[in-house]
Amino acid sequence: MWKTIEAAGIAAILAATAGAAAAQTVRMGTEGAYPPYNFINDKGEIDGFEREMGDEACKRAGLDCVWVKNDWDSIIPNLVSGNYDTIIAGMSITDERDEVIDFTDPYIPPSPSAYVALAGQDVDLSGGVIAAQTSTIQAGHIAETGATLVEFATPDETIAAVRNGEADAVLADKDYLEPIVNESGGELVFVGGDVPLGGGIGMGLRESDGELRAKFNAVIAEMKADGTLNAMLAKWFTENTPKW
Amino acid sequence: MIGDCSDPAALEGAAWMLCYLTTPKHMNFYWSFLTVLGLLAVTVPFIMAFGLAGAFAKRARLAPVRWLGALYTTMVRGVPDIVFFLFVPIALDQGIEYLRHRVLCPDMVGPVWVGNDFVVCPAAKAPLSTASAFVHDLYGFALAVVAYAIVFGAFAANVIDGALRAVPKGQVEAAEAVGMSPGQIRRRIVLPQMWVYALPGLSNLWMILVKATPLLFLLGIEDIVYWARELGGMKTQAFDYPHPDWRLWYFGALMIFYLLLTWVSQIGFERLTARASRGMAGAR
Repeated sequence: MWKTIEAAGIAAILAATAGAAAAQTVRMGTEGAYPPYNFINDKGEIDGFEREMGDEACKRAGLDCVWVKNDWDSIIPNLVSGNYDTIIAGMSITDERDEVIDFTDPYIPPSPSAYVALAGQDVDLSGGVIAAQTSTIQAGHIAETGATLVEFATPDETIAAVRNGEADAVLADKDYLEPIVNESGGELVFVGGDVPLGGGIGMGLRESDGELRAKFNAVIAEMKADGTLNAMLAKWFTENTPKW
Repeated sequence: MIGDCSDPAALEGAAWMLCYLTTPKHMNFYWSFLTVLGLLAVTVPFIMAFGLAGAFAKRARLAPVRWLGALYTTMVRGVPDIVFFLFVPIALDQGIEYLRHRVLCPDMVGPVWVGNDFVVCPAAKAPLSTASAFVHDLYGFALAVVAYAIVFGAFAANVIDGALRAVPKGQVEAAEAVGMSPGQIRRRIVLPQMWVYALPGLSNLWMILVKATPLLFLLGIEDIVYWARELGGMKTQAFDYPHPDWRLWYFGALMIFYLLLTWVSQIGFERLTARASRGMAGAR
């Protein structure tokens, strides 16, 4: 009898202290311009796959998370200077970025990029004018193919550039392009094959934040194992999206 | 008479448009107009203070003060605005956090700069991580005000300096002849007459300031240009109100806003000039 009460008491104290420790506030930095990964919905809130996934991860890790918007250009500098604690913005894990910041294990498996152009046009993918967002793996890839790269600050502007003829095609994550192509009513089409780029998408953290990284890694592993991540991927992306 | 907006997909025509234009996201857009006007209203007194201080520093009797005034106006006017807008808030923010770190967390002996990272203890963050989004916005706004005041203050200092020189010598000599002290001459004779000469230059500066407000987004403040670009961009079915690229309309609305603002300011400056010229010989 006493044993049970004692055990219950210890459990209660542990739970209470765990609750107190949960008060750690983590500021989650995202771009808010990359549907369906992350975007600002009509309520003016950050929404998308990464919002749902990030909130779930924070809940499981017992963290109090706050969402912060930051434009893509300065998203890494503002992380290292401490304006927020994580980048969760569809950022592919690359060696180049890994030198400046750390990444968690990927929460989206390596997924292909693709070219999109206006329908009925003969596009020279290795010599034409190709649009991409600044400082993305796609921009880096175009620079290597020999095509002329035109960079834009937001993903939306890269699509607009193809529509108004400023660029022959756009290279971006296929998961981002697919809804746009599907809803364009035949105006836009995929050209060329899929381009495998990047080592999956992970959360970016400061290199000095090893503890937080371990917490998120544990939660991401758990969410992979119990199928939560797959369910979210299926909800926000198309059926072709690679799953875990 | 805003109808039922709970099911946007079922709406059409004017009802759809009415619901679309009143989404909370659009409210943020409308609110950002007030942010811009608020920034202008708050910054102008600071710009004038920096300008007057700079102008009087340039004319100070003490050489080091004079050098300081010259250094301020030359340096700030010689560096592109955008560099200052990027530099001042980051430097201020890190400076504040560094000082707070030293004071609030004396037990933490580790370096603040770890590789690429700028790491201060949680209690030294400005504002605290736990602070509400509103406090973060306010902090960013304050940093922006300082950045604008420093940059535009340097230009104002030059304008005011020139205007002070333009006040006829005879006025000052006459004031000395009746036995006014240097302070009295400044307050009663030079400053009131200086405005007539300063206003054309200051009105130019005001116009440039109005048009420089879109730089706010560089400082993480969501101004009207940010929202226009965000709202105008093409929207897929992931959004409640999908639409094609409408940036042209949003930017068109901004153009009208800026034109109205500068037009109203021009009228305001004409009135101010007329007021400042009252009783002045030779003025119009």
